[in-house]
Amino acid sequence: MLGTMNFPILTWITFLPILGILIILLVPSGKDEKGQELSKKIIRWVAVGITFVQLILALVIYLNYNPALAGVNNLKTFQFVEKMSWITATLPMVGNINIEYFMGIDGISVPMILLTAIICFVAVFPSFGIKKAVKGYFAMYLMLDLAMMGVFCALDFFLFYLFWELMLLPMYFLIGVWGGPRKEYAAIKFFIYTLVGSVFMLLVMIGLYHSTGSFNIIEMMNAANFRGDSIFGGLNTTIRYVAFMGLFIGFAIKVPLFPFHTWLPDAHVEAPTPISVILAGVLLKMGAYGMIRIAFPIFPDAFGYFQTLIAWLGMVSIVYGALCALGQHKVGKRDFKKLIAYSSVSHMGLVILGLASMRPEGTVGAIFQMFNHGIITAMLFMIVGVIYDRAHTRGLDDFGGLAKKMPIYTGIMAVAFFAAIGLPGMSGFISEVLVFLGAFKSYPVLTIISGLSIILGAAYMLWALQKIFFGVLPEKWQGPWDPTRLIYKTDDVNGLEMVALIPLAFILIFLGVYPNPILNLMTGSVNQFIEIMKPFVYIGGL
Amino acid sequence: MMDISDLIKSISLFKPETTLIVTFMLAMILDMAFKKSKNIAGYIAIAGLVIAGIFLFQQTGVNYKAFANLLVIDSFGQFMKFIVLMSSLIIIVFSFFSNELHNAHTKLGEYYTLIIGMTFGMFLLVGSANLIMIYVAIETMSISSYVLAGYTREVKRASEASLKYVIFGAVSSGIMIYGISILFGLTGSLNLFEINQFLSVNNVATLPLLLSGLMILSGFGYKISAVPFHFWTPDVYEGAPVTITAYLSVASKAAGFAVLLRFFKTGLLDSVPGTSEAWQLLGNIDWHYVIAVLAVLTMTLGNLVAVWQTNMKRLLAYSSIAHAGYLLMAVSVMNDNGVSAVLIYFVFYMLMNLGAFFVVQLIANKLDSENIDEYNGLGYRSPVLAVCMTVFLISLAGLPPTSGFIGKLYVFSSVINSGYIWLAIIGVLNSVVSLYYYAKIIRNMYLRDVESAKTKLVFSPVTIAIVLMLAIPSLLFGVYFTPIVEWANYSMNIFVGN
Repeated sequence: MLGTMNFPILTWITFLPILGILIILLVPSGKDEKGQELSKKIIRWVAVGITFVQLILALVIYLNYNPALAGVNNLKTFQFVEKMSWITATLPMVGNINIEYFMGIDGISVPMILLTAIICFVAVFPSFGIKKAVKGYFAMYLMLDLAMMGVFCALDFFLFYLFWELMLLPMYFLIGVWGGPRKEYAAIKFFIYTLVGSVFMLLVMIGLYHSTGSFNIIEMMNAANFRGDSIFGGLNTTIRYVAFMGLFIGFAIKVPLFPFHTWLPDAHVEAPTPISVILAGVLLKMGAYGMIRIAFPIFPDAFGYFQTLIAWLGMVSIVYGALCALGQHKVGKRDFKKLIAYSSVSHMGLVILGLASMRPEGTVGAIFQMFNHGIITAMLFMIVGVIYDRAHTRGLDDFGGLAKKMPIYTGIMAVAFFAAIGLPGMSGFISEVLVFLGAFKSYPVLTIISGLSIILGAAYMLWALQKIFFGVLPEKWQGPWDPTRLIYKTDDVNGLEMVALIPLAFILIFLGVYPNPILNLMTGSVNQFIEIMKPFVYIGGL
Repeated sequence: MMDISDLIKSISLFKPETTLIVTFMLAMILDMAFKKSKNIAGYIAIAGLVIAGIFLFQQTGVNYKAFANLLVIDSFGQFMKFIVLMSSLIIIVFSFFSNELHNAHTKLGEYYTLIIGMTFGMFLLVGSANLIMIYVAIETMSISSYVLAGYTREVKRASEASLKYVIFGAVSSGIMIYGISILFGLTGSLNLFEINQFLSVNNVATLPLLLSGLMILSGFGYKISAVPFHFWTPDVYEGAPVTITAYLSVASKAAGFAVLLRFFKTGLLDSVPGTSEAWQLLGNIDWHYVIAVLAVLTMTLGNLVAVWQTNMKRLLAYSSIAHAGYLLMAVSVMNDNGVSAVLIYFVFYMLMNLGAFFVVQLIANKLDSENIDEYNGLGYRSPVLAVCMTVFLISLAGLPPTSGFIGKLYVFSSVINSGYIWLAIIGVLNSVVSLYYYAKIIRNMYLRDVESAKTKLVFSPVTIAIVLMLAIPSLLFGVYFTPIVEWANYSMNIFVGN
């Protein structure tokens, strides 16, 4: 088995983008005989190559992963572990400071690594449309890729935090330089919001270090490792509640959970298509992942204390996000991207509700929903990107009757839309059902209210579908699309876009029919996770 | 009582300072002798600093009260002296490339000489354990710095800066010496060790002690530009030549923090055993809170006002006030963790702050302006410089993976370990605010005015190399900082010269 071999696969999958960045920075600018800039071409294909190798590595990890080993709070059952001393120094008061380079994965991180690899690979293709400062764009893109992968692999809090923050700057530039008209505002808003969350995380991290004498996340999950007189020692103390809230808010901003979600619509609307794809596809998952990996198991007592509040926040996000998305059909300028952004708030609320239920089926559903939502929204944003590239507008009112003009596109889009609604036979259905199954046992009323939002979801999605694809094709789109954009030879989706969209559509349908390949990965770990949480939380019975 | 063997040993331990005096004189004389060579004094200054550095290095492990307890030679002082020395060295190198200075004067002999003079003053300040010595040292460094701040005397705002600096300096020295006189009246001694002994045996009235402490603090606060003693900072930083601004923001602060820490630990520490965690201070005054309040005021004011600045020098001036606040936070915990956090922070602060100022200097050389709008499109006009500036700014904001983050990590770590959670929360919120104005510069460099990319700015390879020499360690220490931490811990372990 590969896990027992000495090949440091997690290091490779995480730091491979550095190789890409170096190559990209070294590519000299030059033009080929046709006058096209050769360097841009090379840079694009380097990015394709690097992310493809990452995808292969992710598949290797997936195939060699042993679902029987649970992980979570048991170091022995983590897989592909790499652990070495990184920073050691002697401090007189605290003892030794010991930061480790500690990577390892379990059933919670594997789906996320798979998701990151898939999304980063497919989002390279819409990036081909980027014309400005291509070198900088792909360097930042790969840096973002590195940081995200690192977050899902790290088991040392310091390392985790490093990756978590490393993601800020590339994201700032990607939105700020290559974004839409209000890019400056959106970029700094994203930056500041996320930083507010992460500085609280920093304080809690320092506190945890002083309490346990290590940055090891797994050791922090064991109450026995806390010194009794340290600030986080004991259980159910006020300071532990405060610390939990600090972590929770830090992660909730990323999710984003109501009321910390206001950065998301701005960031999505202004970001270029591929960055919206990554933002919705992977970045939002980091918040929920952080809760499962760090906030909940390290402070299970505090989670128990706030459990109902968290469930409520999840429910409010679901309903509020859906209403806002629906509102996109009523007010002012109807923006396609904003619609999807709010639907993300709604769908990620579902993840939180599933986690708050603290039942195995709800938690499995939540993690599966993270994966599905990643794939579905990535697809939706790429779909928006396709018409935006052709029409230079995302206004829902500007379109109509596209089904005749772009039949293939309409077909692909229907798959994504129905998956987002949660139609049976699509992966989104499975995860929603699991979440509701779990949540109903713990919080029946909240679940019923949330369940109603499914109807709202269907309403806004179908509405948008109807608006864009049926009815009369407006006069201005009667002829061919923007003739200045020569890269599009047909009116319908071109080959490059198909490469990105078709695999995602395939995954959605395949997992909708047969979800076991992903579900099997995590059941063991989720059961272990529930075991840790059980003594502290409310689990409804039925 | 000074006996001859003490004197001989003291003189031998005074070698770094002696070297600086010799350099001072040599630079002055040779500058007059070689009229044609513009930078001769600068080269001599560099040589002198290097030799002083070697002598300083030889003092590793020495713990001695020299000149009848006037000066203390210990590893804490050695660390801070290295910071001062390194900044002097870097500033002299910066000055070689300053158009501003070279346009104002045909010869820069006195300029380099005065930097050495100021370095000497700071060396004395870092080591002094006697209140009069502290006063003399502060004046030595101040007088040099007044002249340096107004060195480009044809520039109106430089003269204004210099004058303001003198007036504020005079006032704060006056207050400080008044405080010293009260403390002398209370304890009958000017020597910190004797004051400590007196206070640990006798009970003194709290109010006069508090008053004298606050007054002395105002003298130190002036040097480290802590609120409310900061009023001179923005104007002087804006008016002075960039090199001197950079110098004041690092070296002068280092010396100020050194004397502040020494004053508390040597003068007021209760040396009763069993008080290893937090220092017990004599005189029933809670100095923790006094300093903590100063820290909160300093960083909050610095950060909030910096947000509105459009002149880079002013912006960095307020940012340096904010950094003084972070450092004061570490001082306020009043234990050895705090001291080591201050030391660690200073190494990184020196690299990133000097780096940022050097970029400002280079841009001012080319564009003759320090306005933040001049940085529009810099990311395309001079990619390497802009990337380095981004590293410095990110580091100043305290984001990983830069060294500034490690500095902040240690500061917050010392604060949290002492249980001042509220202080840590104010601190991190401040660093969020600071990100806003640092990001404003990054925004201008990359997000604004991309068309200007056509007019490239070309800088000489030497200057780019210097920027890189500051930027690369700023990044590297962010992922591997063991040596700095070890060095800082070694230096704070043996702190009191007993």
